[in-house]
Amino acid sequence: MKFSIQVNEGPYTHQASDSAFKFASAALEKGHEIFRIFFYHDGVNNATRLTTPPQDDRHIVNRWSDLADKHGVDLVVCVAAAQRRGIADADESKRNGKDADNLAPGFRISGLGQLIEAGIQADRLVVFGD
Amino acid sequence: MMSDEMMEDGGPVKKFLYMNRKAPYGTVYALESLEVVLIGAAFEQDVSLVFADDGLYQIAKGQDTAGIEMKNFSPTYRALEMYDVEQLYVEKESLEARGLTAEDFVVEVEVKTAEEIRDLMEEQDVVLSF
Repeated sequence: MKFSIQVNEGPYTHQASDSAFKFASAALEKGHEIFRIFFYHDGVNNATRLTTPPQDDRHIVNRWSDLADKHGVDLVVCVAAAQRRGIADADESKRNGKDADNLAPGFRISGLGQLIEAGIQADRLVVFGD
Repeated sequence: MMSDEMMEDGGPVKKFLYMNRKAPYGTVYALESLEVVLIGAAFEQDVSLVFADDGLYQIAKGQDTAGIEMKNFSPTYRALEMYDVEQLYVEKESLEARGLTAEDFVVEVEVKTAEEIRDLMEEQDVVLSF
């Protein structure tokens, strides 16, 4: 089965991103394919590398980055949602005249078309969030 | 060879349903959902929109958002027709619970019962809930 996943909530506030990660990990472990994980709404906050949880807590952002590194999963952050919430890669930051960028490794910023394509290309699109 | 049922990149045309359940203001979900629908329209998929629960207020006539300093984005729903997004449904039970009628909306809608909407959802390839 080829899955796409949409994450609509930020980390730590809401169970959705933890559940999405568990789902993605379990699917890969069972031999399924993840076509893409798309981060939307506050879900874009899963992608800031400035995230620093206490040492005895799970590091949600690093977990996503590791997933991308180990399994080549395509992690896409919606550009419009990211701009609203202050998530930017180096290019985006420069283009908008900002002095810093914060996109975590393994993520890339792109448009909503990537979400539609994820729905078209996958056998199942699974949405996490309210 | 590409058939009429194929997109330019050779992918299939799928049935996309957007389930809109949240009030237009108070959270960003309705606005960011509309952005997905508008971008998605360019992909020429078979698109349906369902408005249920407080989602009905997204397309209610006579919105005045000056007091909350938010942009009134309800006129944008009228643009959906230009994108060939014409399958708009409201849930009968939600309509009645709010004392609204099919004439209270900025766009033309078809009223369907919860059961009919359930059947509609079963026909879909992709359901995006906002």
